Amino acid sequence: MPTKPAGTLYRGREGQWSWVGHRITGVVIFFFLLVHVLDTSLVRVSPEAYTAVIGAYKNPLMGLGEAGLVAAIVFHAYNGLRIIAVDFWKNGPKYQRQLLWGVLGLWVITMVPFLIRHLSIVFSPITGGH
Amino acid sequence: MATTTIPSPRSGKVKYSRNRGSGSSFEMLAWLFMRLSGVVLVVLIFGHLFVNLMAGDGIHAIDFGFVAGKWASPFWQVWDLAMLWLAMLHGTNGVRTIINDYAERNGTRLTLKTVLYIASFVILVLGTLVIFTFDPCPAGAVTDLPSFCPAP
Repeated sequence: MPTKPAGTLYRGREGQWSWVGHRITGVVIFFFLLVHVLDTSLVRVSPEAYTAVIGAYKNPLMGLGEAGLVAAIVFHAYNGLRIIAVDFWKNGPKYQRQLLWGVLGLWVITMVPFLIRHLSIVFSPITGGH
Repeated sequence: MATTTIPSPRSGKVKYSRNRGSGSSFEMLAWLFMRLSGVVLVVLIFGHLFVNLMAGDGIHAIDFGFVAGKWASPFWQVWDLAMLWLAMLHGTNGVRTIINDYAERNGTRLTLKTVLYIASFVILVLGTLVIFTFDPCPAGAVTDLPSFCPAP
């Protein structure tokens, strides 16, 4: 008699983990979106209020958070396109694993130049005055 | 060899004996909306991130004048309005799905979804009003104004 279920609800492997990743990144992006609309709305309060709050996004710790957010968005975007391919392309379900490796490859190709550009801005002193 | 024709599952000749559903196509439309809005959002958000974080001075350039400069153009107003609505509806429907999956008690589901819908409604109305009522040169303001505002 097996000590634990041989097969559970989840099939495991790439399909399940991409599904988990899609949910987690989706929720993270949604909560950021709520905050981001609120902070942008400060442009209707005063230029000073907006510029002061947006200034918080420019410190290096927030810069790392932005990098994480963009990483989540890029994964969610490419994996979303993979889901569309699985749903609408006749060979999509057959190649869903290969498509996930494509997603991760494109994610790296996108994130490397983004991180070089964004982090070099975040960790350089703010020059000039506005 | 005679071929047997199997009727298409959706041809109406096949009657499912379970999960006939409510007869509403809402869930199918929601499923389709996630895919259609998703494709558009990839373009809108990648463009947004490129222009705001990678071009020019990146995030260091963002202040009131930066936003005012963008929203002086109808192009970016439409871009941001479309992004706001599609992202909020896409995100709200995604979180609705997650609540339906994980909240097992009827009362919990109802409460969480009520909070979700109120929050989404408030954010959508607020964001839309901000884009449509935005004044790039508010009276009395002196700092961070875009260059096209008349000198105070």
